[in-house]
This record gives sequence, C-alpha cells and structure tokens, in this order.
Amino acid sequence: MRIGILALQGDFLNHVAVLDGLSVESVLVKTRDDLDVDGIIVPGGESTTMSLLMQSSGIYEPLKALVHDGLPAFGTCAGMILLASSLMDGRPDQVTLDAIDIVVRRNGFGRQVASFETDLAVSGVQGGPMRAVFIRAPVVEKVADSVEVLAEVNYRFADSSNRVVPVICRQEKVIVSSFHPELVGEDRLHKIFLGLI
Amino acid sequence: MDNTESTAIVTGGALVKRGLAEMLRGGVIMDVVNAEQAKIAEDAGAVAVMALERVPADIRREGGVARMTDPHLIEAIQETVTIPVMAKARIGHFAEAQILQELQVDYIDESEVLTPADEAHHIDKWKFAVPFVCGATNLGEALRRISEGAAMIRSKGEAGTGNVVEAVRHLRSITGDIRRLTQADSAELYGWAKNLQAPIGLVQEVAESGRLPVPLFCAGGLATPADASLVMQLGAEAVFVGSGIFKSSDPSKRARAIVEATTHYQDPAVLLNVSRNLGPAMVGIEMDEVDVRLAERGW
Repeated sequence: MRIGILALQGDFLNHVAVLDGLSVESVLVKTRDDLDVDGIIVPGGESTTMSLLMQSSGIYEPLKALVHDGLPAFGTCAGMILLASSLMDGRPDQVTLDAIDIVVRRNGFGRQVASFETDLAVSGVQGGPMRAVFIRAPVVEKVADSVEVLAEVNYRFADSSNRVVPVICRQEKVIVSSFHPELVGEDRLHKIFLGLI
Repeated sequence: MDNTESTAIVTGGALVKRGLAEMLRGGVIMDVVNAEQAKIAEDAGAVAVMALERVPADIRREGGVARMTDPHLIEAIQETVTIPVMAKARIGHFAEAQILQELQVDYIDESEVLTPADEAHHIDKWKFAVPFVCGATNLGEALRRISEGAAMIRSKGEAGTGNVVEAVRHLRSITGDIRRLTQADSAELYGWAKNLQAPIGLVQEVAESGRLPVPLFCAGGLATPADASLVMQLGAEAVFVGSGIFKSSDPSKRARAIVEATTHYQDPAVLLNVSRNLGPAMVGIEMDEVDVRLAERGW
C-alpha cells in the first residue's frame, strides 16, 4: 500500500511523520506523474495557494477523476476545503476536488487570534478524547444526508450565536476534518482512512 | 452532544501559534504596501502577505524612522484578501504589538527592518495571543527569540538589497550549527548553551530533534525564482519576499514564478520554465555599498 500526500504547500511532512509511525509507505505528490497511489491525503495549508498549484502542476483534473472513481481521500483543514463539493467565502477562481457533499466556509471561526485547541469525542474511535487543533479553520455549514458526522463542536461565534458544527465528516471513501490531527501526532483518523483502502 | 454546553475552547496557546507557521510551509509570504498589491500577491498564490507602509528598499533609500504601519492601511488589506495578513512592530515596541493584536493581524513580525524601539529588550511575546515571527542571523539569536515566545524564525538576510548573499550566510549559520549540535555529547551541550547565549533546555531540544522547535523560514534579499529554490534547498521551510516582487518590472508574473519555484524547488525543469522572460529584477545592491546593516539590529 502506497499513500500519496499532496505536497504542493502546507504541512504535508507532518502527515508523512504520522504514516511513518504507522509503518505505511508514503509518496509526496507534486506532479501528475506521482499519482500512482492507493489513497491520497490533502494536508493543511493555504487552500487558495494549493488550488492554484493543483491547476498549474496539472494534478487537478487527474486527481479529481481519481477521487470520483473511488480513490480513498483524507483531508485536514485546507484539505477539507479542497475536497468539499461547495465553498463559501472562497476566491471565485478557487477549484475543489468535489469529493464529499459538504458546504464549507473558509476561515469560518475567524482570524488567527480565534484559532483554538479542544478535546473531541469522536464517534466510533477508542482510546479517549482526541486533541484537536483548529488553525483559521473552515466551518462545515451544511452536509448531505449521505454524509456521516463523526464529531462536532459547540462553538460561540463572533456574532454571539452558539452553534453545533461538524468537524469530522465521512462519505463513502472520503474523510475530512476541520482540524489538524497531524500536528499533534494523532493517528486515529489516519487509521480510519487507511481502513477505507 | 448537549446543545446548551459549549465545547471547552483554548485560544492563544503555543500549539496554535506554531501551527499557523506549519501551515505556511512551502509557501511565499509577500511584502505589500496597499490593497492592490495584496490582491496581486493573493492572485499569484502567496500564502500570506506582510502589510507595511514602505518596502525595505524604500526604507533604505528614504531613511528616517520606520514605524508600525497605519492601522487603516492594514485594515484595507485585511478586507481585500482571504489569506493571513501579517504586520511589523519595531523591536521591543510592545505597544505597537498590542495595537496589531487588537487589529487581529494573523502574525506580528518583530522586525529589524523597522527602527528599533528598545536597545536591550525584545518584546515578551508569551504575553500575546497573536503569534510572532522574529529574525535571526545565527542559532543563538534564533533560540533567544524562541525563549521569548517567537513561534516562527526567519533568517534575516539583508532586507531591501535584492542580494541573497546574507540570507544564505544566516541560513547556513543556523542549519550548520544545528547539524553540529546533534553531534555534541550531553556535557558539550552546556558549552554550546554558553557560547550561543541560549537556554540549555532549548539547546538540548535542538540537539535531540535536529531542528528548531518552530519553523525556520528565510527572508532578506530574495529576488528571483532561483533565489527561492536556493534557500529552500539549503533548509528553509518557506520564504519571505519583500522588495524583490514589487520593485521588479512585472510583479504579478515574478510573484507567480517565485510561488512555483518554492513548491518545485527541487525540479530544475520547472525552475527553468518559470525563470524565462520575467523582465528585469530589482536592481539590487552589493554588500560593500550598504550603509545601514539592518541585520545587526536585535541581539
């Protein structure tokens, strides 16, 4: 089994470290020639930058076709944005891989001063709460009926409204989180992803 | 989950501060002086912009005291782009930093490019929820800044010169000493801490891990896609480009080329391709002709 990690920009090396810890072979994906893989991880980073680089490197179309044909995919933060079917507050020219039926709002929790840590109860995951680090994270505004929500947070937004929002979603062979398990060496979501292959 | 009970949320911790720096890795952070330039930077694929009133080349030419940028200008840039917006405070000027935090900039650069406000003390950066980046010319300086709470280090280079030689010197100094540290035995580390004038705990951490505890970016004098590739190959995790973009003849095209070069820094075919027909780069200055060494500010 060989897992591709999109390596155009962002914290892709943190994902390599998690897979190394699980003794799973990974390959950095920088061009369309690197796409001979059994699953793809889209890391955290700046989604506008990655969107642009996916197009200029020629990765966008083939990768989109692969995930549509069932290539298992896992996205964290910017990776969630790039795998989502629809964006709010994105750039008009920003493309996504349209792999999971969710609507995502970029930077939905606010600017960096609002970035936060918390402990999550994750449905179906053993071993206690999951430490979750949210960095200028996206907010999942809407999920299709076929999307399973594995964890949520109850968050007080800047407009003083309290809302419960999904932070881990799964649909068929695609799993996304709005936070960064890879930043704290958390490997349980990676294991779920590997289980989809 | 109980809808009436908010999740316990912790903001401003070291993890989220360093975390944003981790997200910027492999990217280009561009100096911009107005909303129009910020838009060009975002369009070209910048991972963040640094909002300032004058790029270092102009500060160098015009002289005078260089201070924090007018908040109105930073706000205009925040309203224009969706990527992180950074801004500079003078070394030791914690009141400027408090204003920038109130403004909710995403990163504060305690920068030698501005005129220092305190000749002995840097800002106590642990007191802030906003993360800080600081410049360093060597490993000791980097570790002192980290001990004060910096969540990202950039090698200083010599800003506003368009000359990459100092950036290379500082980056090699930091990465070279890190490599030597990893070879030292436990007793020697105390000698290293003394010579570096850095806390022993951080020295031990670097010796153990072989890297800084925070991301190491590169700044100061980068002007071409090849410059970006050079410093990435030397161990920088991302690049800051200041005067090099908007002092060139075709900023949009050059910005885009530097973004591509930073991602594909190990691929000479891409580098060749993006280096073609960029028009004249900024003119640049030989180090012998530089009258003010910005990198010597800070301690």
